[in-house]
Amino acid sequence: MSKEIKPKRRDFLFTATYTIGAVGLGAAIWPLVDQMNPDASVKALSTTEVDVSSVEPGKTITVLWRGKPIFIRRRTQKEIDEAAAVDLKDLKDPEKDSDRAKNPEWLVMVGVCTHLGCVPLGDKGDYNAWFCPCHGSHYDTSGRIRKGPAPTNLEIPKYEFVNNNTIKIG
Amino acid sequence: MSENQYIPKTKLAKWFDSRLPLLSLSHHLKEYPTPKNLNYWWTFGGILTFCLITQIVTGVILGMHYVAHTDHAFESIEHIMRDVNYGWLLRYVHANGASMFFLAVYIHIFRGLYYGSYKAPREVIWIIGVIIYLLMMATAFMGYVLPWGQMSFWGATVITNLFSAIPLIGESITTWLWGGYAVDNPTLTRFYALHYLLPFLIFGLIILHIWALHVPGNNNPTGIDVKKNSNETMPFHPYMVMKDITALLVFIIIFFWFVFFAPNALGHPDNYIEANPLVTPTHIVPEWYLLPFYAILRAIPSKLGGVIFMFAAIFVLVLLPWLDTSKVRSSTFRPLYRKFFWVLVVAVILLGYLGAKPPEGIYLVLSRIATAYYFIHFLILLPVLGRYEKTDQLPMSISDPVLDKPGLIDKFKKAAGQYEGDNVGSFK
Repeated sequence: MSKEIKPKRRDFLFTATYTIGAVGLGAAIWPLVDQMNPDASVKALSTTEVDVSSVEPGKTITVLWRGKPIFIRRRTQKEIDEAAAVDLKDLKDPEKDSDRAKNPEWLVMVGVCTHLGCVPLGDKGDYNAWFCPCHGSHYDTSGRIRKGPAPTNLEIPKYEFVNNNTIKIG
Repeated sequence: MSENQYIPKTKLAKWFDSRLPLLSLSHHLKEYPTPKNLNYWWTFGGILTFCLITQIVTGVILGMHYVAHTDHAFESIEHIMRDVNYGWLLRYVHANGASMFFLAVYIHIFRGLYYGSYKAPREVIWIIGVIIYLLMMATAFMGYVLPWGQMSFWGATVITNLFSAIPLIGESITTWLWGGYAVDNPTLTRFYALHYLLPFLIFGLIILHIWALHVPGNNNPTGIDVKKNSNETMPFHPYMVMKDITALLVFIIIFFWFVFFAPNALGHPDNYIEANPLVTPTHIVPEWYLLPFYAILRAIPSKLGGVIFMFAAIFVLVLLPWLDTSKVRSSTFRPLYRKFFWVLVVAVILLGYLGAKPPEGIYLVLSRIATAYYFIHFLILLPVLGRYEKTDQLPMSISDPVLDKPGLIDKFKKAAGQYEGDNVGSFK
């Protein structure tokens, strides 16, 4: 191979054609792929307002937001104290209770187990809080993962108190 | 493929066959030489073809009555069961047909494992088979979602959530699969479309599977090569066709025993409760044929790890032709491998049993042991055995194991002698 082969005009044309072809193919495939993503009507249902005036301490209500259950729990003082007393070193996914519940009396979480998406059951499990029956994840009174296969704490959705009785989720 | 060249008899047939050689193809299929020692474990290919056609025919008909919408899916199934003429029969055949399809495919796969049918020169047949098996699982899973019962909904939720274990892009993938933020109507409609499509892809792959089979020809219980077009082979029709039909009839009896006498035995009662996104059933189980993989998923104490091991359990089968280094195909002549084969069968059945049990205590321990064995079997035992196992003497021809039994020839001669006198030629 002493002689260096110089790219010819034809080589350039071939490479340029392949490149344009690949870009065009990609552009043609994208709509076929993206149509599977959430459509405009699904995205439009992005907020829900909930009246929580009738929830007693120690009770949970479940509402549907974007097809997922949302747990809204009015915690008792005992539960708040338990959640606050936990040493962060004991947690798989360390998070302070005060970061999870801005108003400590109200805990608002997506009621979907972070393992494989089942709905955990309330007032159950080793921490007398939430327990997922599918694969045995235990969550504490702050919805943090304590035992079992789930990798992270129950997700906190974006929410705000519109007034004392109403929570807006989303 | 070029056994005795086929020449059509009539002028019209010659004219047609030279333009589209369908007659040559049908001649090839009829005369295809099969080893004369194939046993009944070799009839499951035909049985599986029957299963696929049954599923497609009943499925297309069910599709005429089913409504793919979260508001109507559940009631349209009840409509099929109660109102549509013979709807109950078609649905029970379709639902039990899926179970029977998997029963047959598991026997077919384990037959391949026992007799070394995946080894050279049949690797491509085997790999196409693994792809067919994967597509079957995807099809069955999506079909189970369509009735929109509790198990449909939560099964779909758990399985699609497997993809959320993928780092960084996992969440986007599940959202993309769902077409929303949870399993909902967009998920149902796309699953219906794909459930309708995939069986036809499977059909295409089965044609490739058979094509790839017809190049080297069938393996056989001795695992040694047969001489084609010798007295070691017989034409596929009528010999294998008749044997396949005999086995198929027995299979159909079992199939329809389920359809008529225990149509819901293999299903789950919770799927007769309409899907409710707010309540998870206390005990989610997939259909029985997915349980071994479900047990592997739960045996690993990490979300991503469980998912990786579950998919690896299937992917390892693709590598099998190269993991098994032994030159001897059939277990009949591999005393050690034969024992480990049965341990694998027990481990897989045990995993299936454990997949239906809660993942705690002794069940969890056992599923970890069985999972460990599954991977050790393929990744360590098979490569090592190929090197160190002392295999038995292989016969010279597929007839030998039958004819070489001590005294057998004399017995034949004696029996024949009763009819033709002692003047009988040699049998070999």
